[in-house]
Amino acid sequence: MTPREPITLPFKLPRFPWGGALGGIVALLAIILLFTSWFTVAPEEVGIVLRLGRYVRQVDPGLNTKWPYPIERVLKVPVQRQLKEEFGFRTQKAAVSTRYAEGGFTRESLMLTGDLNVAIVEWTAQFRVRDPYKYLFKVREVRETFRDLNEAVMREVIGDRGVNEVLTIGRQEIAAAAEKRLQELCDQYEMGVKVEQVVLQDVNPPDAVKASFNEVNQSQQEREKMINEARAEYNKIIPKARGEAEQAIQQAEGYRTERINRARGDAELFRAVHASYLRSPEVTRRRIHLETLNAVLPRLKRKIIVDERLKGLLPLLNLDEAKP
Amino acid sequence: MTAVRAAAAGLLVLFAVIVLSGTVYQVAETEQVVITEFGQPVGQAVTTPGLHLKKPFVQKANYFDKRFLEWDGDPNQVPTRDKRFIYVDCFARWRITDPLLFFQRLRDETGAQSRLDDILDGETRNTVAKHDLIEVVRSTNRPFAGGDEVSEGDRQPEAAVKIEFGRAALDTEVLKAAAARTSDLGIEILDFRFKRISYVEQVQQEVYARMISERKRIAEQYRSEGAGESARINGEKERELKAITSEAFRRSQEIRGKADAEAGDIYAQAYNRDPEFYRFLKTMETYRDTLDDQTLLVLTTDGEFLKYLKASR
Repeated sequence: MTPREPITLPFKLPRFPWGGALGGIVALLAIILLFTSWFTVAPEEVGIVLRLGRYVRQVDPGLNTKWPYPIERVLKVPVQRQLKEEFGFRTQKAAVSTRYAEGGFTRESLMLTGDLNVAIVEWTAQFRVRDPYKYLFKVREVRETFRDLNEAVMREVIGDRGVNEVLTIGRQEIAAAAEKRLQELCDQYEMGVKVEQVVLQDVNPPDAVKASFNEVNQSQQEREKMINEARAEYNKIIPKARGEAEQAIQQAEGYRTERINRARGDAELFRAVHASYLRSPEVTRRRIHLETLNAVLPRLKRKIIVDERLKGLLPLLNLDEAKP
Repeated sequence: MTAVRAAAAGLLVLFAVIVLSGTVYQVAETEQVVITEFGQPVGQAVTTPGLHLKKPFVQKANYFDKRFLEWDGDPNQVPTRDKRFIYVDCFARWRITDPLLFFQRLRDETGAQSRLDDILDGETRNTVAKHDLIEVVRSTNRPFAGGDEVSEGDRQPEAAVKIEFGRAALDTEVLKAAAARTSDLGIEILDFRFKRISYVEQVQQEVYARMISERKRIAEQYRSEGAGESARINGEKERELKAITSEAFRRSQEIRGKADAEAGDIYAQAYNRDPEFYRFLKTMETYRDTLDDQTLLVLTTDGEFLKYLKASR
């Protein structure tokens, strides 16, 4: 080793082992420097460049350069990726048929409703990193904080609603309210997070009371059924009765027409007969009388003709004989 | 003696590196530093990120986090003012606002956490014990939507209870009380929130029992509503049926009556021309209709008809 010319030594490598070692170190350093002065940022990420620990710039996806390792470091934040937290359940393996971890998360999902009942609410919150600077440097344990806020917000929202509202019609509104409140708090905490969506999953009464909730649903069905049956019976009877009523009235109208027509006919007949009678009263009268007798008498099986002077006829007759 | 020289040079370089590393220190974006000299803080805290200088060996850099830090309380069993036992699980966010003071009073984060445990657990307990359970649960007095079509107000006092403060006000109450006790520790509590509130096991069972009986009551009410409505429809049906049939009867009778009257008028008008002739004619007709083969007719010869039987004149 010649201390006066340390820089030129690497060229005489085989003859100077010390210098060779130094040269090797220099070459190694050069390689490290080279490899730590460029980096790629994936399409869904941004890179945050820190120079000696201090934030200096934010870089877009693609190939980027920086000062080599000890001077500048880069942190990558997936700003485009949608992140998700689950509450009350855990997806074990997301697939076409997703598997969920078995139970044990009721401490997360069990909450009091505004009427001091208990409901089990499971939900997911989807979010994105909106401000990588805040996300990295403002809050420690962002995920944990986000989870805590979620639990607090959901309980705040559920706590202001009745158990029926929570279990039935309130779902959309609850999710919307929670989303809004959650964003407010995330902003207040300067987490740099944008809440994309809060989705209520299963909302159930606790297992112990589930049966009685089902009973309510069932009784609601029963009520509808009873009412429908009564309506069906009503619909079966009433229109028929209306038809029958109409029938009776029509029959009466028919009777009326018939009755009047008959009366008119009879009247006409009488008028005609009477007119002829008036033309020759004596003969017509006798003719009618005799015609009647002529029609009636042949029908009678038994006829008794008695002289006008005969008295006490009845004892001689056995009236019952006439009967068959 | 090149070896000795080299060794000396190497030692020099090593010494320089050690001195340099003792002099220069890096403060990250998330950190702040308090410099101490033999354990005693010197100067102001360093809060700007980047490289900074200090005296080597004698001064030491103490790093503290600059971010919002978490505090998560253990679930505490606390009675409320209305004597309900509940588990309260809270969390808070805090940060080190005065690292110097923080260093002097609490030394490090572990110290701070245990101090926060004392303060926040105590204040939580105080606040919860001062209020009814409903105040911790509800935030506003908004009416519940979508209840059963069952009036529950009278039977279930909880639902009708109006809150005075609400959850947010209680959060703030704890926060204020705790802030008063942490102001001289170099830390600031930014936010305090109740996270989980749940009944203790025994109370939980009672609540379940109440929920079950309440559901049963509602179910019964639905059933009875169904039966009532069904009966009402039945009654309506009967009434309408009667109305329809009787109305039909009334109208048909009316029509028939009018028809009879009208026919009577027609007959009368015709027969009034000659009532005597009508009587004769009708009598003749009646003979035709009433006399049949079962009739026994006894005739005498002095009548109009048979008088010719005895004499031709």
